[in-house]
Amino acid sequence: MNTSTEQTKPILTVSNLNKTYAGGFQALRQINLNIIRGEILALLGPNGAGKTTLISTICGIVRASSGTVRVEGYDTVKDYRKTRSLIGLVPQELTTDSFETVWATLAFSRGLYGKPPNARHLEKVLRDLSLWDKKDNMIRTLSGGMKRRVLIAKALSHEPLILFLDEPTAGVDVSLRKDMWKIVNDLRSKGVTIILTTHYIEEAEEIADRVGVINNGELVLVEEKIRLMQKLGKKQLMLELDQELPRVPLSLADYQLELSNDGRRLVYTFDNQGTHSGITELLDDLKLAGIAFTDLHTSQSSLEEIFVNLVDETS
Amino acid sequence: MNFYGVLAIYKFEMARTKRTLLQSIVAPVITTSLYFIVFGAAIGSRIQQVEGVSYGAFIVPGLVMLNLLTHSISNASFAIYFPKFVGTVYEMLSAPISTLEVVLGYVGAAATKAMLLGFIILITASFFIEMRIAHPLIMLAFVVLTAVTFSLLGFILGIWADNFEKLSVVPMLVITPLVFLGGSFYSTDMLPPFWQSLSLFNPVLYLVSGLRWSFYEIAEVNVWISLISIFVFMLVCFFTVVVLFRTGYKLRS
Repeated sequence: MNTSTEQTKPILTVSNLNKTYAGGFQALRQINLNIIRGEILALLGPNGAGKTTLISTICGIVRASSGTVRVEGYDTVKDYRKTRSLIGLVPQELTTDSFETVWATLAFSRGLYGKPPNARHLEKVLRDLSLWDKKDNMIRTLSGGMKRRVLIAKALSHEPLILFLDEPTAGVDVSLRKDMWKIVNDLRSKGVTIILTTHYIEEAEEIADRVGVINNGELVLVEEKIRLMQKLGKKQLMLELDQELPRVPLSLADYQLELSNDGRRLVYTFDNQGTHSGITELLDDLKLAGIAFTDLHTSQSSLEEIFVNLVDETS
Repeated sequence: MNFYGVLAIYKFEMARTKRTLLQSIVAPVITTSLYFIVFGAAIGSRIQQVEGVSYGAFIVPGLVMLNLLTHSISNASFAIYFPKFVGTVYEMLSAPISTLEVVLGYVGAAATKAMLLGFIILITASFFIEMRIAHPLIMLAFVVLTAVTFSLLGFILGIWADNFEKLSVVPMLVITPLVFLGGSFYSTDMLPPFWQSLSLFNPVLYLVSGLRWSFYEIAEVNVWISLISIFVFMLVCFFTVVVLFRTGYKLRS
């Protein structure tokens, strides 16, 4: 089989997935999603958007009301043994067996997933996550960051192809967050497909290949991060004026310029995707209008701004 | 069959016993010794024999049954309730493991612990009284069936409970009274006819009577009725667990 076709073939397919809880709350609405082998997909969404429900449904913790989930072509309900053995899950909460040692809890997880003991693999996982010197420590004696690593180690103990990280850096300080990003990137380089939920936009901006935005149980979009920022992002040119300008001259009306309240700055918003920005013409027209400037710079809207706009639009 | 999964749960649960040796082993031995001092020495000195057996020896099967029932239930109910309480149950629910395998792991460990305790009590009792076991295989059958059945019941209780109070309600308010009123420490022949008849509705009477028969060949109900009853109850408990897992009751939303 063609290797590139194999690589772009989805490792996980979610089709028409719906979840309505017993109380009538619809947590997921008609979710369709393909996860590509080896990618990092970040699922963004505000609290209660349905991120954890989606992950829990894929992993078998929550039952879908309708729709299907396939992992490597296997149905997660009918072929649950096959699909679950391919998936590792790191939950949002630091739920650990406090009185167990790190080693014992990893050995338990590996066994639970039907894998024979393999001390070499567990050692490698612990070393990769800088936990090897803690292997005989009781989990309750570890810091929050270390516990989070233990949860990742547990999820990797059975050598999964897909790893779900549910808000892996929630409540984690900046330094640890960056460590976690490095861990995620290292895992991806080893061929693990990673789906993480987060509401830290910078996290998605930093490590994701694709970004999915979920709001009110609906998957609003899934797009490559760079394309998303190009497609939905705005670029702006800021001009610091030499002299105060009372109003934008009529000759410049086509550019839809914004003038700051103090009259010292002009802002020009232009198409991010287009090949023609119109900057050259604007600068020429400014010269013709006798408007001089002392400085200029451009800025691009962040993923956070794009996300906020999307969520606002869909709410 | 996820053999490693069953073994992982079993070993995990047995490891808990190692960590809590005082609570798991030493406490029941001391309690049993106290029973022998109070019932065997103090009361037993006034009741010479019951149906041809010394009073101290007469209460041994009842004591074993009391501990088997209460510890099977508490071991199994805690084993499943605690992961629910702390949230680690997510791992079991997302693992490639079937209901039967989960039950084998948890109930197997809970029953093993209860049976070990039963044998420790028998050994402790042998220091206080002379006893004989007329039918060791029947005794073993009663011990195994009781431990497995009440571990299954405990497992159901652990799934149902959503707080620690509910977890202790059944052992404290149902099982212990039934054991005390089920002829553990007396023969129902000692009761007035009305209470004798009422005792026949107590399921624990059948267990104590059956186990006592395996020791001394004295029974208040036919031993085969006792064995069949506990076997049927085991099947009922097992299928209840299967239904709970299939429906995801209090486990999967």
